[in-house]
Amino acid sequence: MVPLTVENVDTDQIIPARFLKATDRKGFGENLFRDWRFTPDGQIKEDFALNQSQYKGAILVAGNNFGCGSSREHAAWALADYGFKVVISSFFADIFKGNALNNGILPIQVSLENLQRIFAAIDQDPSVEAIVDIENQKLLIDAAGIAVTFEINDYKKMCLINGYDDIDYLISQKEAIEAFEQKRA
Amino acid sequence: MKKTLFDKVWDSHVVSSVKNGPDILYIDKHLIHEVTSPQAFNVLEEKGIPLFRPNQVVATADHNVPTENQHLPIQDALSRKQVSQLTKNCEAHGVNLFGLGHPYQGIVHVIGPELGVTQPGMTMVCGDSHTSTHGAFGTIAFGIGTSQVAQVFASQCVLVDKPKSMRVVVSGKLHPAVEPKDVVLYVIAKLGTDAGTGYFVEFAGNVFEEMSMEGRMTVCNMSIEMGARGGMIAPDQTTFDYVSRREFAPKGEALEAKIAHWKSLPTDDGAAFDAEHHFDAADIRPMITYGTNPGMGIKIADKIPSSDDASFVKSLEYMGLEADTYLLDMPISHVFIGSCTNSRIEDFRAAAAHIKGKQKSPDVAALIVPGSQQVAKQIVAEGLDQIFESAGFKLRQPGCSACLAMNDDKIPAGAYCVSTSNRNFEGRQGQGARTLLASPVTAAAAAVAGKIVDVSQV
Repeated sequence: MVPLTVENVDTDQIIPARFLKATDRKGFGENLFRDWRFTPDGQIKEDFALNQSQYKGAILVAGNNFGCGSSREHAAWALADYGFKVVISSFFADIFKGNALNNGILPIQVSLENLQRIFAAIDQDPSVEAIVDIENQKLLIDAAGIAVTFEINDYKKMCLINGYDDIDYLISQKEAIEAFEQKRA
Repeated sequence: MKKTLFDKVWDSHVVSSVKNGPDILYIDKHLIHEVTSPQAFNVLEEKGIPLFRPNQVVATADHNVPTENQHLPIQDALSRKQVSQLTKNCEAHGVNLFGLGHPYQGIVHVIGPELGVTQPGMTMVCGDSHTSTHGAFGTIAFGIGTSQVAQVFASQCVLVDKPKSMRVVVSGKLHPAVEPKDVVLYVIAKLGTDAGTGYFVEFAGNVFEEMSMEGRMTVCNMSIEMGARGGMIAPDQTTFDYVSRREFAPKGEALEAKIAHWKSLPTDDGAAFDAEHHFDAADIRPMITYGTNPGMGIKIADKIPSSDDASFVKSLEYMGLEADTYLLDMPISHVFIGSCTNSRIEDFRAAAAHIKGKQKSPDVAALIVPGSQQVAKQIVAEGLDQIFESAGFKLRQPGCSACLAMNDDKIPAGAYCVSTSNRNFEGRQGQGARTLLASPVTAAAAAVAGKIVDVSQV
């Protein structure tokens, strides 16, 4: 797990606007948290969690209100490309949450109290591990004494487990959509 | 059953609901721009499917465009590629594009309303969080990610959970120096940047009823900055008058029929909201932000608050400011008047009224960026360009510009910029740049004085 204790992390920090000029979805991980990872002249900032080798794994643990601000899906692409599969926070911004789910990243919302316990457990042992069980919606972190159920709606759960895409579902509903258009006309 | 404005518009656009899942929400108008659409067009190509309803999509180039020499090829190769990709995609899929050089080009949230694309009672989306702007017309309008842009391309629908409803009521008499931007910065400072998350907000009360459409757009634009997916204001005569003058709005009998429908949209008396907040207009004064999220705002005459919270301390450190001190009289070096929040003609009239007959401070670089070609034309027609230029302000061509600094309009590291935009995030206006959000009049006054001033005290 990688701890990012700061609150209100906005998508401009996750991926600054100057890196949004691409026309495909590839390679955004390189610039994930660019200005927190590197100085303007490209030096590594040693005090940033992503640059500290003791923190590893595919789970980012972040302060309250993660992903606020811009709707840029590039933020989710950058997190996924870097290797994150789960983000744990006490609160997520709406648009980010949807973007994460649409890119196979699971946002897990825990209570503020549990978030603090997870941060404390990582602080004590940076190699602490977590088990995320999507099927049963369980987050287990033995070292932090955490065994909680998290929320995810049945539809999104089905999509995540099966790798389904909203767009295929919507295309399958085309008749209903056309009927809706007819009715309104 | 008594319904809110939000319920009425939402419920009439639900095609069906997925069991234990989201609603399939039908989208009337889909706005796109060069930054968040290319990957969505790629999805259509990958899947080999057509754009379902091209006539309901409107495109423009705004985020990534230069604000000088727009008649020349864009110098930055990546920006040029992104903008030309938009042109190619629109041609290939039959989408109406108001690109660079078109008399209707401009910031997507400025041109939608001014062209009459935006109308009351609609559902609208765009791959941009400030789509909330269009809620000023009693429209459900919200930002979406690029995967959802592709969904709308493919089906004219999005899959989305119905948000909860919140009402923010501001009533009473505003101080004459208070502008719409001050009202919304005040509300966000009171409620915080995450108070609206999970909600759609209706702004109600005489303060919003008495506002122009431009003012209402400024307010709804910033609703995302309190975390809300969108904001709405009930359509009324002000709305109908604005819409009926617009090119793509219905005319004649069709318009009359529409207006009759729009009149049925306001929230029913006694309809329930999931959350409600009330504020006294008389307490509001010109506002400014001191931190790195839009909720960190104060009345200009007040001190920066203090807190031991680590995120608060980090924020003040980035801003180079100290708790318990005043921003008033602090020197600044940059001013930006523009963005989808404050780049409409009324914003420039207000700024010009303050600037007229004065000179900007020699220590300040002041940028004026109109929201659209039509606004730029109007600025010239009203002679505001003369006022700006003789005062030493630089008047540029339309685009998002220094709001997010994707083009060359960047604020240097460490510099303080009083900006009429919507976000004071770290690095938003350029790496290391320090943004102080405020109204157009406060920004204009700062440019003239070379420091932060309280226009309610002048």
